[in-house]
Amino acid sequence: MANVTLRNVRKTYLGGFEAIKGIDFEVGDGQFCVLVGPSGCGKSTLLRMVAGLETITGGEIDIGGRVVNQIEPADRDIAMVFQNYALYPHMSVYNNMAYGLRNRGMAEGEIKMRVEEAARILELGAMLDRKPRQLSGGQRQRVAMGRAIVRQPKVFLFDEPLSNLDAKLRIAMRVEIRKLQRRLSTTSIYVTHDQLEAMTLADILVVMNGGQVEQIGNPLDIYQKPATTFVASFIGAPPMNLMPLRSDELKSQLSGDSRISEAGILGIRPEDFVITGESMSGGIALGLTVDSIERVGAETFVYGTRQKEEQGVAATPGELPPGEIIVRIPGAVGPAIGERIRAVAARDKLHLFTADGRKRVGG
Amino acid sequence: MVEHRPLNDIIAYAILTFGVFIVAFPVYLALVASTHDAATVVGGHMPATPGGQTLDNYYRAVFVGGARTSREPVANMLINSFVSAIGIAVGKIFISILSAYAVVYFRFPFRKTAFWIIFITLMLPVEVRIYPTYKVVADLKMLDPYAGLILPLIASATGTLLFRQFFMTVPDELLEASRIDGAGPFRFFFDTLLPLSVTTIAALFVIQFIYGWNQYLWPLLITTKDSMQTIVIGIKKMLVTTDELAEWQLAMATAVLAMLPPVAVVIFMQRLFVRGLVQTEK
Repeated sequence: MANVTLRNVRKTYLGGFEAIKGIDFEVGDGQFCVLVGPSGCGKSTLLRMVAGLETITGGEIDIGGRVVNQIEPADRDIAMVFQNYALYPHMSVYNNMAYGLRNRGMAEGEIKMRVEEAARILELGAMLDRKPRQLSGGQRQRVAMGRAIVRQPKVFLFDEPLSNLDAKLRIAMRVEIRKLQRRLSTTSIYVTHDQLEAMTLADILVVMNGGQVEQIGNPLDIYQKPATTFVASFIGAPPMNLMPLRSDELKSQLSGDSRISEAGILGIRPEDFVITGESMSGGIALGLTVDSIERVGAETFVYGTRQKEEQGVAATPGELPPGEIIVRIPGAVGPAIGERIRAVAARDKLHLFTADGRKRVGG
Repeated sequence: MVEHRPLNDIIAYAILTFGVFIVAFPVYLALVASTHDAATVVGGHMPATPGGQTLDNYYRAVFVGGARTSREPVANMLINSFVSAIGIAVGKIFISILSAYAVVYFRFPFRKTAFWIIFITLMLPVEVRIYPTYKVVADLKMLDPYAGLILPLIASATGTLLFRQFFMTVPDELLEASRIDGAGPFRFFFDTLLPLSVTTIAALFVIQFIYGWNQYLWPLLITTKDSMQTIVIGIKKMLVTTDELAEWQLAMATAVLAMLPPVAVVIFMQRLFVRGLVQTEK
């Protein structure tokens, strides 16, 4: 049980490339922290720095009140679950889990107890004598978790552990990981690029981009109040619609709003639109021509082009091409392709950002 | 789509059979020659069927030695060949797995240079560097003992390269998992890398055992005593005669005996050998 604290952590490679540009955050005892971001944002590097597999070129990492910068991975009291599981292919499941304990000189009796306990929790009891290649993907994943559990470490580190599994198994394992972590209440840091995994698992969500933290907080807070346009478009699927506030049409609709002077970009989540003929006081209304429709059963996504099209907005990752708007409506009914519709969003559903997208305007 | 027509099969089998015949006939002839008495073999009309001198010829070859030329019985030569071939194979594997481990897993100055130097020695076979090697071995007083037969031949660029290629395919995460599990470089090597390398080691053992067994030039140069002769040289010496007729039947018996250990190694290690060369499963 331990806190993990990062203080101005930096990583600069020999060639001068700065992978991590000064990161600060703290994971409280027993909390589940998820690092999320697009590939290449440095999230895996950061996790590997916590694990001790990458050197730290600046700042401090503190695990349970002890600065671990110069400490070997084995002595940091952490356990890591790798994306490809990294099971020892020539060892049985039992030995895979016992290996780390044996290296620490633990008595065989104690090892047996711990491995059997882990196997019971993970329902691996019948497979202890098998080799990893005789197991399915999900079972291998469980062995990798078992290897972490038996160590009873202060911190679990997960490096995209579910990305090699198929969609159905991924959801099942996600739930299992969360249950297991609650039960053991071990501080955990989890890296993923899947925003859904991030939202469902995290106590604290750290959204990263380009080696920096974009936003830290409770997942729902981040969803409801994204701090930058990057976070706004990265968290939530389909992504938030972002529109530059240059046209007089949009501005005039928002004229009563005190935030308007600072704001340069307007964001509206697809689910916050209502398709209606009525006007909504204080809200915003967009006239759209329907381009395409995706019906997934419980909900329908309507892709439309704004009739007064705006061009020339610099696209940030995950953003739609200028002028295209996604509207999410419940149920399987909706407009037809080519139809002209009016999408309305209430005033309190609007997100406003500065023109460079780096700052949220207002609450 | 695989075509399946009887005529194709017949032609294919005919060609294959012909190939096997070409390879196998000399071996058969050696086998036959080793079962006749000297007069029959030298007479110029080699019978195509085995004769009745088998036991006598092999007994003389193995335990007595040629009466006229080589004074050493084959049993002794077999032991010499076996010791040096095993020594060379094991030594090569030992040295090359360690050097590959160093080159792949350790970051030290001039690592790339070290690798390339090893790689370049591939272009320098024993024959090219034979004089300096001989000089060094002679100065170290290693002419004749097994050390002289084995040591100069155990550095292996081929082996290093093979192990390097194998190590590169071992996922980095295994090393990282080992580090987190508290295994240092030695533990990682013995607990993880070595067990994973078993098939590669087997493949290399087969190749290098045969390489060591077939050595001719080097043992010829550095052995001065007949008691240290290897079997490959023994065969040659049996045929060098001055005024006498060579004992072909004994030489052929020796050749057949010389063939057996490499064949045995290949047969027993065939499965591992093939897996080692084509292995993909990790």
